[in-house]
Amino acid sequence: MNDAVEVKTLIIDEQEVSARRGQTILEVARENGIQIPTLCSLDGLSSVGACRMCLVEIKGSNKLLPACVATVYEGMEVTTNSERLQKYRRNILELLFAERNHICSVCVSNGHCELQTLGQQHGLTHVRLPYRNPDLHVDASHERFTVDHNRCVLCTRCVRVCAEIEGAHIWDVKGRGIDSIVITDLNQPWGESACTRCGKCVQVCPTGALFDKSKVGADHPKYPDFLPFLNMMREAQ
Amino acid sequence: MPAFTPPSLPSDDKRWKIVNGTMRKNGFARHALIETLHTVQSSFGYLDDDAIRFVARTLRVPLSQAYGVVTFYHYFSLKPPGKHTLTICAGTACYIKGADKLVAAAEKRLGIAQGQTTKDGAISLMTARCVGACSRAPVTLADGVVAGEASPEAMLEQLERWAVE
Amino acid sequence: MNIEELEQIAESVRLENSRYDFEVNVCMDLACMSQGSDRLRDELVKAAEASGKKVLVRRTGCMGPCSSGPLVRVDPEETLYHHVKAGDAEAIVSSLGGDPVPALQCDLNEHFDKQVRVVLENAGHIDPEKIDDYIARDGYKALLTALTEMTPNGVVHRITESGLRGRGGGGYPTGLKWGTVAKAGGDLKYVVCNGDEGDPGAFMDRSVMEGDPHRIIEGMAIAAYGVGASKGFIYVRAEYPIAVSRLTTALREARRRGLLGNGICGTTFNFDVEIRLGAGAFVCGEETALLASIEGRRGTPRPRPPYPAVSGLWGKPTLINNVETYANVAPIVRNGGKWFFNMGSERSKGTKVFALTGRITHTGLIEVPLGIKLWEIIDVIGGGVPGGHTLKAVQTGGPSGGCIPAEMLGLGVSYDALMAAGSIMGSGGMIVMDDTSCMVNVARFFIEFCMTESCGKCIPCRAGTAQMYTLLTRICEGQGTMDDLDLLVELCDTVKNASLCGLGQTAPNPVLSTLKYFRNEYIEHIVHKRCPAGVCNIQAPVEVLA
Repeated sequence: MNDAVEVKTLIIDEQEVSARRGQTILEVARENGIQIPTLCSLDGLSSVGACRMCLVEIKGSNKLLPACVATVYEGMEVTTNSERLQKYRRNILELLFAERNHICSVCVSNGHCELQTLGQQHGLTHVRLPYRNPDLHVDASHERFTVDHNRCVLCTRCVRVCAEIEGAHIWDVKGRGIDSIVITDLNQPWGESACTRCGKCVQVCPTGALFDKSKVGADHPKYPDFLPFLNMMREAQ
Repeated sequence: MPAFTPPSLPSDDKRWKIVNGTMRKNGFARHALIETLHTVQSSFGYLDDDAIRFVARTLRVPLSQAYGVVTFYHYFSLKPPGKHTLTICAGTACYIKGADKLVAAAEKRLGIAQGQTTKDGAISLMTARCVGACSRAPVTLADGVVAGEASPEAMLEQLERWAVE
Repeated sequence: MNIEELEQIAESVRLENSRYDFEVNVCMDLACMSQGSDRLRDELVKAAEASGKKVLVRRTGCMGPCSSGPLVRVDPEETLYHHVKAGDAEAIVSSLGGDPVPALQCDLNEHFDKQVRVVLENAGHIDPEKIDDYIARDGYKALLTALTEMTPNGVVHRITESGLRGRGGGGYPTGLKWGTVAKAGGDLKYVVCNGDEGDPGAFMDRSVMEGDPHRIIEGMAIAAYGVGASKGFIYVRAEYPIAVSRLTTALREARRRGLLGNGICGTTFNFDVEIRLGAGAFVCGEETALLASIEGRRGTPRPRPPYPAVSGLWGKPTLINNVETYANVAPIVRNGGKWFFNMGSERSKGTKVFALTGRITHTGLIEVPLGIKLWEIIDVIGGGVPGGHTLKAVQTGGPSGGCIPAEMLGLGVSYDALMAAGSIMGSGGMIVMDDTSCMVNVARFFIEFCMTESCGKCIPCRAGTAQMYTLLTRICEGQGTMDDLDLLVELCDTVKNASLCGLGQTAPNPVLSTLKYFRNEYIEHIVHKRCPAGVCNIQAPVEVLA
């Protein structure tokens, strides 16, 4: 294993692939048409490895690694879709659906929700775990947007996009563990915060937790693909 | 870029100077956030929005981030403590030796749940994760003074002494 | 400061001490203080002055058997007194030079005989707030020897040779970690001491920080020299105010003596240490969370690699060891790696400090060679289970560990044996449980702990521990089904393997180990709606009329 070599060859799902040094398993897999499910990860934002949907197996190690942050090395053998991984992914999704109040039929993001899509892809037909039914509020104080904590999966994309791309950092997480919740400024209503109203957080939100008020009752697809473009333009300057 | 001017002290309360001193000692670096919050809590007993805003602005930490830090750590309190604080250790050794009975007895006597303060602001009832006096379990702390091998009777006596003050 | 000057200080302390005929050592550790040993010391000082005898009254760190506190040891006779009250001060002082006070004397020979003191060698013998006391017991000799006679590589090699493994719980070889940081590039590196002893039921590190703070500072300084670091942080729980104050004093004294700062011992080595306070978050014992906390952020862990040894504090190579690990460094440098390697078992070298608590006669702090049989700790050192009760299990490793059943007392205590038994060494908490403990309730206690201490970043730990808690509560209340039990086991598997950091990855251990050894107790709760230990409050099932 020589780290100085710029091009690495490795095996992902029995397919021999090549990669540049420093690339993540997720990047290399996608370049080669191998799909690994993700939720917190988003092109253009820093990776946090938090949702654990992209966990993969590495031959010779019993630790599972998040493909979004784990970098490749020469001779690495990666399995992305074993039965064991599928079981963990289903369980993670089940934990999410039971954690808060995800009722697709009345959600603005119905049909455009990443959590819903992942559930369908993983054949999640029902939830065996007890629903926690937490009592969470909806903050509609902002003139353009609403945050519905019932739909939030705590992926922290909003926190990252606001801090890393917009540079305002009005979002963060308060509390910890099962009581964690996304907040704006000093846990004050969104409408009273120093929000720049750019709407990036809404576009990157994978579920119906953040939505545009003008889209209520209508189709609400989101377009987070501006991020790599923004990053590219910044680097070019 | 114009030089950064830190906000002025929230009031002429001398304790803000102590808070400012902690930040100055750390060169007003962002990483001094937790240290400074400790100073606020030890000076004022708790952290309110004004205090968090002042510290965050002075250290140039986003407000949401500062609030996130305050609420992440259980040691920090957003509410003023009572005049007296009874803390019951809820560590493993204390649990094995019946700390739950102490908590139940204190809750019953004070009419509040753990983590709350009586309406008159006299007594706060807290639980701790482990104060490290496990060999003397179960342990209670009356205003920070450790009492080992605590019995519900001794604990209730302490509450009575506070009640008649 | 050089070795000769160090010797002079040691000599002057010995000279000073020789002016006294008797030394009365009073334990001023938290446990003894909680029973009034501070007042006792004041009374002893008064009585000594009034008696006209040449008596040195010294405050010391933890002497060990806390359940017998407050403890007083009179030297040179080494007479140990237990349960000493402030009112006993006069009797003790007037007995000096004559026969000891029989009513206070205690025989704890069995308790001490099987112990070997390396980390705790100074506890009970020095005043933790006097650097010269520490120097008089060979303190800082190892640091100066390392700086003047050894290369940094030589220091790392000696630690590697000793076989020392991390005492924080994981058991990673310390020398290997030091070597990685030493090899990492860059001018700026950090050493960090993890004093965030968050395991409920553990207080080894607190006692070392309170009783012998200089030993930690010396260990850190030697480590810094070995790996090429110039700055250190000690991260201490805010719940340990005495430890913080004694460490603060110790750092000030060490600077005053020129043992910290620039150009230590006339060499080009610079090193200083700052204290950082924790704020009540168990997860900050995880190294990447601890670093985030030192940087003033929420203590959420991040995926590794990169390891802190490569990218730690502010992205710089950082060495993180726990208190007890650093406390082992000076004696290893002084006595050689082989000396340490010859103690302990095959793959677990040296000694380990344990906090022995729960349903056991002698609670307190013990230090034993690794490999010692569990029964020797429980029955001999600990004096067995009191009150006619029978031993049920020994819990090690705190919320990350497991319960070892009474049948397995023949187990030799080592990293690997504990792991194989479904528990872990952990930082050294050892909680004894008897027939009055319900193992399902114990499992629920630990899961509740992990649930409230989970940082919330990754889903398996955040939502998984909450669901496990719900299922365990159902079972404890007699509402559980066998399907719930299956679901619980499946959740254990997911949380263990899919969580981001050690907290989540080990959170299921208390459930898995109690399920392995005490499955019948779960079945009793679920099928017969009965709690064998009588702990859980199960309502009699209501007859439902069809």
